[in-house]
Amino acid sequence: MKDEQEMVLTDPSSPSSPEDVSRRKFLQTGVFGACAIYIGAIGYPVFRYLNSPVEASQLASAVKEVTLDKANELAVGTAFMFKFGTSPALLIHHADGSWVAMSAVCTHMGCTVKFDEGAKKITCACHGGVFDAATGENISGPPPRPLERYDVKVNDASVVVTKIS
Amino acid sequence: MKLETLKADLVERLGLEEAIKLAGKKTVPVHKHTFWYFWGGISLFSFLIQVVTGILLMVYYRPGPEAYESVRQITYQIQFGWLIRSVHNWSANFFLFSVFVHMFSVFLMKAYRRPREVGWYSGIALLLLGLTFGFSGYLLPMDELSFFATKVGMEIPNAIPIIGPPIANLLRGGLEVNEFTVQRFFALHVVILPLLYMPLLGLHLWMVQKHGNAAPPSEEAKEPSQRKTMPFFPNFVAQDLGVWLIVLNLISLLAALFPWQLGPQADPLAAAPEGIHPEWYFMSQFAMLKLIGRVIPGLAGEAAAMTLFTLGLVLWAMIPVFDKDKTNTKRSRQVLYFGIFVILVLLSTTFMGFVI
Ligand code: HEM
Ligand code: FES
Repeated sequence: MKDEQEMVLTDPSSPSSPEDVSRRKFLQTGVFGACAIYIGAIGYPVFRYLNSPVEASQLASAVKEVTLDKANELAVGTAFMFKFGTSPALLIHHADGSWVAMSAVCTHMGCTVKFDEGAKKITCACHGGVFDAATGENISGPPPRPLERYDVKVNDASVVVTKIS
Repeated sequence: MKLETLKADLVERLGLEEAIKLAGKKTVPVHKHTFWYFWGGISLFSFLIQVVTGILLMVYYRPGPEAYESVRQITYQIQFGWLIRSVHNWSANFFLFSVFVHMFSVFLMKAYRRPREVGWYSGIALLLLGLTFGFSGYLLPMDELSFFATKVGMEIPNAIPIIGPPIANLLRGGLEVNEFTVQRFFALHVVILPLLYMPLLGLHLWMVQKHGNAAPPSEEAKEPSQRKTMPFFPNFVAQDLGVWLIVLNLISLLAALFPWQLGPQADPLAAAPEGIHPEWYFMSQFAMLKLIGRVIPGLAGEAAAMTLFTLGLVLWAMIPVFDKDKTNTKRSRQVLYFGIFVILVLLSTTFMGFVI
């Protein structure tokens, strides 16, 4: 728009006084302002409309605690997949009787990991990441961080998994 | 001056010189009826609103057995879904209203005469497609009203002798309106109709660019030196955009202040609600069916009403055949009277539809 002003100033066929220029500037600001208001007034509802399921799943992922009915009956040495908020998680009943719960989302690039009962490790098929099944520590492969651990409380009807804050 | 060079480059690369030359040469007649030239543009703009809001609705709409539930979610759960849906409905009505206004003003200005016949014929086809858009869209939410409106509407093809029932069954995907009907009306509404509509619209707009706006006979009668015009670009385009802005504000206001309602879910076993009637743009046919049904009861009355309507439509579409030239012949006056008669019948039966 600056270019146009220069054009007006240098165009000999339309000699313009400083008032003309400031009037022009004022009008331009007004038009730009109005356009911005319209873009906002249309863009905002459209964004919220398209973003609606994102908001819903953000709300769902804010979950702090999940109760898994009957999960207390999980056999020793096996694992069980469940949904924590919106993402997959693992509940493992180790051979030594201990219970561990952690996120099943690989810290490398987000694949879902798997409990390898034979090797007693957690592995990721995507790029060969390996995690410790007791602590979630990243042992080998590309994952940069341990899996997120959750608190586990076992009672005689269910298992309660809680986010560690 | 970077912007200028960019513009020149684009014009050269895209070969826009022709279009610019055409738009630069085009003028719009200025006289006391110039206002009516805006209605084609208004129709175009409200159609564009339909395309944009329709695509947005498609993000959440699910045809088939879940149709009602998905529109319920759009209306009550998705942020601003009620608004998008409301705009799609208000703008649909506005679109058809402006197409009618546009058509009648074209008729009264005698803008269908040589060389603009193709504009008239394509316009009629666009109107019919527009009505089909409205009819097919109306079923999509699958609430009580849309269910009965479609059920009744399907009786019209159904009444055609011999070939009618199989056509109605094919359109419905069954003997009754059901989830297959929604599924195929959806395909019609969002794929087939746009596919037919867009090229026809292109042709129609090309005709307008090519031949320009016709001046009404009262203007044609004046000396050429007495007639005034304005450049199409930028003057008329700027005014067009101004009108579009007003339309945008009007539709947004209506959509926000009077959100479109969603009725109870269609129940094939429930009785039709009291006072059920079609959308205003089908009201005239509805009233004629009712009125003629009072004089000639039963199927014969239905057939008579439909024949009358079809005949009227065919005659209306063929107007350029009867009134070809610029001269004010007896023929062309008869056509004018016929047209005014058609407009009066449509207006009065539409009005009656709401009161009888
Ligand atoms: C390419 C253009 C269009 C697309 C993609 C489109 C898409 C849709 C979709 C997905 C729905 C279902 C959602 C709902 O029922 O709320 C719908 C409904 C509807 N459409 Fe369109 N549409 C288009 C053009 C039109 C036009 C030109 C009209 C003009 C008459 C129209 C009239 C309607 C009506 C009356 C409904 C019912 C809305 C309701 O009650 O919720 N549509 N459309
Ligand atoms: S995503 Fe798991 S190792 Fe890459």
